[in-house]
Amino acid sequence: MATNVASTENGGRKALDSVVIRFAGDSGDGMQLTGTQFTQSTALMGNDLATFPDFPAEIRAPAGTTFGVSAFQINFASFDIQTPGDDPDVLVAMNPAALKVHLKDVPKGGTVILNTDAFSERNIARAGYTENPLEDGSLDNHIVIAIEINKLTNAAVADCDVTSKEATRCKNFWALGLMCWMYNRDRQPTIDWVNQRFGKLPNIAAANIAALNAGHAYAETVELPSGVEAYIVPRAKVVPGTYRAITGTEAAAWGLVAGAKKAGLELFLGSYPITPASALLHTLTNLKPYGVTTFQAEDEIAAVCSAIGASYAGKLGLTSSSGPGIALKTEAIGLALVTELPLVIVNVQRGGPSTGLPTKTEQSDLFQAVWGRNADTPLPVVASATPGDCFETAIEAVRLAVKYMTPVIFLSDGYLANAAEPWEIPDADDVEPFPVEFRTDPEGFHPYLRDEKTLARNWAIPGTPGLMHRLGGIEKDYDSGHISYDSDNHHRMTKVRAAKIDGIANDIPAQAVATGEESGKLAVVGWGSTFGAINQAVGRCVKDGLSVSHIHIRHVWPFPANLEELLSKFDRIIVPEMNNGQMVNVLRAKFLVDAESITQITGQPFKVSTLEREIRSRVEG
Amino acid sequence: MNIETPVEALKPNDYASDQEVRWCPGCGDYAIIKGVHRTLAELQIPLEKLVFFSGIGCAARFPYYMASYGFHTIHGRAPALATGAKLANPDLDIWVVMGDGDALSIGGNHTMHAIRRNVDLNLLLFNNEIYGLTKGQYSPTSQLGTRSPSTPQGSVDAPLTALSLALGAGARFVARTFDTNQKQMPGVLKAAHAHKGASLVEIIQNCIVYNDGAFDGWTNKKVVSDNSISVEHGKPLIFGADSNKGLAKSDDGFGIQAVTIGENGVTEADILIHDETNKILAMMLADMKQPEFPVALGVLYNNPAKAFDEAVHEQLREVTEANPAGSLNDMLRKGRTWTVEEGA
Repeated sequence: MATNVASTENGGRKALDSVVIRFAGDSGDGMQLTGTQFTQSTALMGNDLATFPDFPAEIRAPAGTTFGVSAFQINFASFDIQTPGDDPDVLVAMNPAALKVHLKDVPKGGTVILNTDAFSERNIARAGYTENPLEDGSLDNHIVIAIEINKLTNAAVADCDVTSKEATRCKNFWALGLMCWMYNRDRQPTIDWVNQRFGKLPNIAAANIAALNAGHAYAETVELPSGVEAYIVPRAKVVPGTYRAITGTEAAAWGLVAGAKKAGLELFLGSYPITPASALLHTLTNLKPYGVTTFQAEDEIAAVCSAIGASYAGKLGLTSSSGPGIALKTEAIGLALVTELPLVIVNVQRGGPSTGLPTKTEQSDLFQAVWGRNADTPLPVVASATPGDCFETAIEAVRLAVKYMTPVIFLSDGYLANAAEPWEIPDADDVEPFPVEFRTDPEGFHPYLRDEKTLARNWAIPGTPGLMHRLGGIEKDYDSGHISYDSDNHHRMTKVRAAKIDGIANDIPAQAVATGEESGKLAVVGWGSTFGAINQAVGRCVKDGLSVSHIHIRHVWPFPANLEELLSKFDRIIVPEMNNGQMVNVLRAKFLVDAESITQITGQPFKVSTLEREIRSRVEG
Repeated sequence: MNIETPVEALKPNDYASDQEVRWCPGCGDYAIIKGVHRTLAELQIPLEKLVFFSGIGCAARFPYYMASYGFHTIHGRAPALATGAKLANPDLDIWVVMGDGDALSIGGNHTMHAIRRNVDLNLLLFNNEIYGLTKGQYSPTSQLGTRSPSTPQGSVDAPLTALSLALGAGARFVARTFDTNQKQMPGVLKAAHAHKGASLVEIIQNCIVYNDGAFDGWTNKKVVSDNSISVEHGKPLIFGADSNKGLAKSDDGFGIQAVTIGENGVTEADILIHDETNKILAMMLADMKQPEFPVALGVLYNNPAKAFDEAVHEQLREVTEANPAGSLNDMLRKGRTWTVEEGA
C-alpha cells in the first residue's frame, strides 16, 4: 500500500528534531510488537529512523524478573540519522524490572512513563528493589508519568467480550496509543495491522484497538506533568522516492532472491534453526514463488551439505546460521571450496564463544570467516553495514559465488538482522545481470578447466549429456580433474585456488571514504553494523574541523586493491569493533600497519558518544 | 522359447569409468560394483541422469569408478548432499554409497533423516563390520568382542542392526544381500530402484584385510543355504539345502521361530508366507541373527509412501500457482510503502 505523506502542522505541538524512545517490559508484555508498530507509523510519517530491539534469550522468562526484560528502542528525527540513539529521552517501563534495568540509561531530566499497576510489592521485590522506586526518591531527577495502565486498559476494553487476562494483555496497545498522541503518530497503520492479524478473532482485534484509542484519548485529556508536552517531529528531508521500513533480515532475503535471479538460477536454502538467523529461513520460505526452495535440515551440517548438493545439481545453494552453526559447517565449506562449487553462507553473528549471548549482537566471527577452516582455504567474505545494505551485500555475495565458483561468507549480525530503518526501494532493473552459463560442450571438457581471467572452473551439471565427471574432496589433477596425490600438483592447485580469490580484489569497487577526506590525521576503520555509530561520530568531528575520516569495509576478504594505499595516507588508524580486536589484526597482518583497536564486547551496539570521545582524544590537543 | 533379445545400447562395462580401481585385491567391493554395473545395464539408465554420491571410506571411492556423474563428499554426509541434489533436480537418478562407519556412526543422523523423510534415493550400505580405510578399528556394526587396534581387548559395546534401525526410522523399503551373491543382487537393486522414496539396501561385504571371513558362517557356499534365507513376496519363508526349513510363528504367537518341516509335527502349512508390506514381519526378519535364525536376505519390506522430493515440489507448485511471482520490483514493493514527492 502506497501512502503519500500528508503535510503536517504543528497544531500547538512543540517541534523536536529528534527523539529516542525505549519501550521496556516483561518478555510477555509485547514490547517488540509495540516498538514495531510505532516504527511503522513513524516511517509512514516521513521521519528518518533507526531501531534496536533488545530481548532476552528466554522466550518467557519468569514474569517480573530483570533477566526477562525485553526492550525496543527507536530513534526518529527530522534529519538523517544512522543509529538507534545513545540514551533514551523517554523510557516506557511496564514493570519494576524494566525500570530497574533501563533507568540508568535515561539522562537527568528524561521522561519515565510507568505502569503503576505493575508496581506491586511482589514485583518490586522480584526486580531486586528493596524500596519502592516510586517512593524512595530514585526518580527525583526525572519527569515521571505514573499511570495505572492495567486498570485503564481493562476499563477501555470492558465492552469487548474478552477475558480479564486477554484484557490485560492489551496494555501494550494502551501505552502505544499514549505514545502515538505524545509524538503525533497516526494510529491507522496499527489499526490496519490489528484487523489483519486478528481477522479471525474480532473480539481481540476490537479490544486492542479500543486500548490503543483509550491510551491516545487519555493523553489528550489528562493534564501531563510540567515538562511534558505534545510534540511533533517534522518529517525528514529525504531523497524523493518510494520507501518502506525494512529489517536486515528482509533486505538480505530479497537480495539473495534478486542475486539468484540476476544469475539466472533458482535459490535453494538449506538451514537449521538458530538465533538470530532463523528469521532468514522464515522470510525465504515465504518467497517460494520467486524460485526459492527451503529445506529445514536435521542439523547444521546437513543444512550446508544439502545446499552444496543443490549447487552441484545446478541451483544456487545457500545456507544460513550463526557462529556456532557455522563452526559445524566448516568441513563442508571446505568441500565446496575444493570442488569449486558456488555456495553462499550467511552468518548472522551473535555473542560468543559457544552459546554465548544468543540474542545479543557481536562481530566476533571475523577470524572464523576469514581464516576459520582447516588447510589453505581462502574464500571471499563480505559484510553489511546497515539493514538496507544487506540487500546489496547479498547480491554481491551471489555474484562472487557464481562468477568465481566459490563459497562466499556473508556476515550480518543480530543487530542488523532485527533493526529496522526506512529504505528507499531500489529499482531491481538497475542491478546488472550476471547470468551463469553451464558448460554443455563435451569437446575438450574436464571439470577443472579454468577461465583464464577469473580462474573459475567451468560448471557442468548432472543431466548434461557427455559431461559426466566425478568431483570430490580428494585433490584433483590441474590438467585432467582426476584424483591426484602428486606433490607438485597439490602445490599448484593450492596456489591457483588462492590466486582465484586474490584476483577478486580487482573485480570489486575501490575502497571509498564514507566521511571525511582521503587523507589526514586519523582514519576510523570499521566493518559491519558499526557503520551508523562510526559515521555519526566521525561526522560530528569533521563538522568541528577535525582531520578524521571514516573508512568502512564491505569486502572483508579479499580487501579492495587500493585499501593499503588509502590507509597509508593517514597518520593514525583506529579500528572500533564489537569484538576483542579482529579486523585490527587482519589489517595489521595484511598491511603491516600500526592500527589501534577500540573494542566493546557488551552485546550492545556502540554509542556515538563513546566513539566520538575515542576519536577526539586522539586528534584534539 | 527362443526370443531374440534387443541389442542393449549400454553394456555393464559402459557404466565403468576409465580410472584404475584401487580396492585391495579380493575386496568384496569388486563384486558389488560388478553387480551394480549389471543392474544399471539391465535398467538402461542414461549415464548423464545417473549420479553416485558417497561419503568417506573404502566404499566411498565407488563414484570414481563409475562413468556416470559422481560426487565423493565428506564422511557421513552423502545422504544430506544427495537430498539437496534430489530436491534441486528430481529428474536425477541418485544412488548413495555408504560404509557402516559412514552411514551408521558419523553419518547416522543423515541416514536416519533421509530414510524418515523418504527422499527418493537408492541408499547402498556396504557393511563389512569394520573400518577399513583407517586400518581396522571396530565399527558400530562390529560384533561384541571384536579385537581391533582401538579395542585390543575386544569391543564391549553392542552392535546395531542397520535394517532394524532403518525400519525404526520409518523406512518404506529395506533389503539385504551380500557381495558375492550376484544371483540375487541385481534383482534386489532393481526393486530398490523401482521403489520411489528412500530405499535402503544393506550389502554385506567381506573386508579381506581387516575382517576376513567375518560372514563366512552364513555366506560361505557350503552353509549359505542352511544359514540364510532369501525372502520373496508372496512365497513361503522356506530355506535350507534341502528346502525343509522354514520360519513359523513362535509358540507364544508373538514372534517367529526357525523350524524344520517334518519335525515336531511341523508341516508346510505352518510356514509363514512373506508379505513385504508387513512391517512387523519385516522387523522380525531384519533382526534375525545366527545361530538361532538364518540371516534374512532379499526385499524384507517394500511399502511405498509419497516421496519427500515429490511432496516438496507439489507444495512449491501449489504455492506458486496460488500466489504467482511478480517481478523483483513487485517483490520489493509488496506490503506497506510510502512515497516522498519531489520538492516535498
